[in-house]
Amino acid sequence: MAEPRIIIVGAGPAGVRAAEALVAAGVRPVLLDEGQRDGGQIYRRQPEGFSRTPEQLYGTEAGRAIALHRSFERLKPQIDYRPRHLAWNVADGVVHTISEGKPGQFAYDALIIAAGATDRLLPVKGWQHAGVYSLGGAQIALKAQACAIGRKVVFLGTGPLLQLVALQYHKAGAEVVALLDTSPFPRQVMALPKLAARPGMLLKGLRIVGGLMASGMAIHRGVTPVEIHGEAEAGVTGVSVRLASGEIRRFDCDAVGLGYHLRPEAQLADLARCAFTFDARTRQFWPEIDADGRSSVPGIYLAGDGVRTQGADGAEISGALAACAALEDLGRSVPDAPRAALRAKARVMERFREGIAEAYPWPAGLAADLPDEAILCRCEGITVGELREAAKEKGADEVNRAKALTRVGMGRCQGRYCGHAGAEIVAAATGMPLEAVGRLRGQAPVKPLAIAAGEVQP
Amino acid sequence: MGSPGQARFLRLGETGRARIALVVDGETIEALEGDSLLVAILTARGRLRRSEFGPEARSGFCLMAACQDCWVWTADGHRLRACDTPARAGLSLVTEQPELSWPNRA
Amino acid sequence: MTGGTRSDVLIIGGGIMGASAAFFLRQRGKSVTLIERGLIGQQASGTNFGNVRRQGRFLPQLPLANRSRAIWGRLNELLGEDAEFLPSGHLRLAYTEEMAGRIEQYGRDARPYGLELEMLSGNVLRDRFPFLGPEIRAGSYSPLDGHANPRLAAPAFGRAAKRAGAEIVERAEVLTVEQEGGSFRAETADGRVFRAEQMLITAGAWGSRLSQQFGEPVPLVVHGPQMAVTEPVPYGLEPVLGIATTIPEEIIYLRQVKRGNIVFGGGIRGPASAETLRAYVKPENTLGQLSQITRIVPALRRLNVIRVWSGIESYLPDDIPIMGPSARIPGLHYAFGFCGHGFQLGPGVGDVMAELIATGQTSTPIEPFTIARFANSTTNQPGGHP
Repeated sequence: MAEPRIIIVGAGPAGVRAAEALVAAGVRPVLLDEGQRDGGQIYRRQPEGFSRTPEQLYGTEAGRAIALHRSFERLKPQIDYRPRHLAWNVADGVVHTISEGKPGQFAYDALIIAAGATDRLLPVKGWQHAGVYSLGGAQIALKAQACAIGRKVVFLGTGPLLQLVALQYHKAGAEVVALLDTSPFPRQVMALPKLAARPGMLLKGLRIVGGLMASGMAIHRGVTPVEIHGEAEAGVTGVSVRLASGEIRRFDCDAVGLGYHLRPEAQLADLARCAFTFDARTRQFWPEIDADGRSSVPGIYLAGDGVRTQGADGAEISGALAACAALEDLGRSVPDAPRAALRAKARVMERFREGIAEAYPWPAGLAADLPDEAILCRCEGITVGELREAAKEKGADEVNRAKALTRVGMGRCQGRYCGHAGAEIVAAATGMPLEAVGRLRGQAPVKPLAIAAGEVQP
Repeated sequence: MGSPGQARFLRLGETGRARIALVVDGETIEALEGDSLLVAILTARGRLRRSEFGPEARSGFCLMAACQDCWVWTADGHRLRACDTPARAGLSLVTEQPELSWPNRA
Repeated sequence: MTGGTRSDVLIIGGGIMGASAAFFLRQRGKSVTLIERGLIGQQASGTNFGNVRRQGRFLPQLPLANRSRAIWGRLNELLGEDAEFLPSGHLRLAYTEEMAGRIEQYGRDARPYGLELEMLSGNVLRDRFPFLGPEIRAGSYSPLDGHANPRLAAPAFGRAAKRAGAEIVERAEVLTVEQEGGSFRAETADGRVFRAEQMLITAGAWGSRLSQQFGEPVPLVVHGPQMAVTEPVPYGLEPVLGIATTIPEEIIYLRQVKRGNIVFGGGIRGPASAETLRAYVKPENTLGQLSQITRIVPALRRLNVIRVWSGIESYLPDDIPIMGPSARIPGLHYAFGFCGHGFQLGPGVGDVMAELIATGQTSTPIEPFTIARFANSTTNQPGGHP
């Protein structure tokens, strides 16, 4: 039998562990990654010439980060590693890439997509101002470049990343004005039984909370965002929220880190025509997978945060499982015992993921309550009111229709950051369930494609 | 707080790297070897570009090449995504659309 | 089965043809019910390039195109909504002497139809449109043509028709159409029944499925246009640009919207399916377009494409639509299969079909489009096409 052509997209924890499992089975996969270096976002490596230790960079996860980086170094000679390769489209068994302006094509027998996640965003009035960053962006500024996003920073939103980044900023010497969490504290207590599925992780979480308490920064839970204040030229000047007590309080700052947990980067899976399913707990659509990461399309496997937000540890397991599934489907024998162990761990990861989703719920009501004048789509400058009007007056009760009539989701980011809130707004305005309002269909290119690429013969 | 000419980002460490010089809107700025273009500009200036559809300055958003908010222009009109492009000595960049007569410049 | 909705005219298919026909029939006082499987303007009417172009058309189609162009000019006042029609001019370009000769000949032939085209070449062309690439030898300029937003036009017609009293039934798929006594009957997948004195089938790629139920199958095939759009840049490309060529790979057309994005399409068509309701852009087709578009405007090489899309367009072997009365059944009318050039015609088709249905005749010649030309056709090919 000819050597199977297996392509992995993404060199984060899921992609690297998938590559490792394939190499162990004697296969040399192609690993396409958009980044300059391996590690993905979570274990992103700092550029050459930086000197901070892994402990400074990755905190309690330093050991895991080092292990992943070392595994990758060992694998490198045994795989076809293509950094700085954006997979911009997939069709007819071929992944289409662009690298340094040059188009490329990679045919596959099996494709493992481990494209990771980006922050899940909920607009707030004024979020278009310069100085507002996603939480992940705020973390990258620090981790990859040793910078704070401003001199006085407010972190707003919810999810595990909110607390982690706030603490990382504090420890690195940045001035954190306030941590403003939309999740009420009792939700986190109620989720404890599920979070206890990973006692070590729960303990790390509690240590973060402890570190935050000791930091002296203002911490408010159960807040309702009101507005990010700013000026057209100078950018952010402050944040106002309604505290749980009902009091509206303003915090002066020049930067805001904003985020509500994560959403999968599922565009490539969508272009590969994988079926999606609605998850009522997190109120979003994500690709359908079986326990090993098989999508609805034969030969396409999905792993990591690009399909379920389980975090880095879960991504490593799901990457290895997806590789096993691909090998098995290609007629290779896969040893049972290690796979059973992986599956058992994956179930623990999934239970913990559910706990996190319950502890830090997506605050759907906030989207529905956004004022008409708030910018919803940052790319195109479309307001909440424009979308509401299309939903109510023009019968746009489905997100793709709403997009066609209003341009919400039509900008450069393709709805990554406004899509979820837009769907909530349409649902609330029309009285339709979110599931029926649907999801923005993925459209190539996954990221902007330079026209100059047409001048180069693939 | 902040003014257009004022740096947005604050360096918290790793400042021992080699210095490099870039030109932004005609003025020379100093950056460090290993900076992304975004960091090089925002440790010296307050913005990267302007919104096409609103009055406000923009300074990037996600820093992981997903939001597409940080595109800047080279002086001769080429586009660079600032968050995942390394800063290089001698690069000349502009934070305003280069010219209104763009289609006439081959 | 009795009961159900009854009206003067039943329109099946809510693209721009059906929606504008509903609007103009209301203007003529007819009661109208329009039934649409999905949402108004969701298929080919909403996914096409948005050309409001007359030049280059099949010459006998120009009277219809002229009538439509007149409506485009007063669309906002007619509909009370803006479909972003921009009479920006249209420039049809040639790379070769042979094609330059052809577009010149077209200019002479179009004049008797009232379409005045300006032939430009060499330095005159380049001085006036300095963004054109060095390969362009000649161009034919149509000053009153332009472009509009396909995502907005058909829905705007639908809403205006509704405000004028038409009944618009969306998300209702008509499965059977038939004659019943002296009138027409349509039944939807969910069992609703609609009746009318006259029927108009404007069902695009699904038109032949319905015409065949009246004994008039046509050899319709479907293709997906390969569309793309760039990031926004300052407005600077006024005319719509299109290449006149006999080489399919060289076909490219582009337009810049006022907000700044440049929309383009052309080249090899993509796969589409009337069954699955999906159409795709092939990645290699996008790359092919990128290699062509900089031949027209070299400065485009600096821009990025941010989105591609396709739609389900229906084509007939002779590349002209079916439009006019049934050849067999009085009171039955068709307007479908517009072969990728229906958007500009849409308002005119609605107006002409309303005139025909209301008065029994039309002042605009449409004889070449009669369904009778396929009277010997026995096959109906509604399926996909590579």
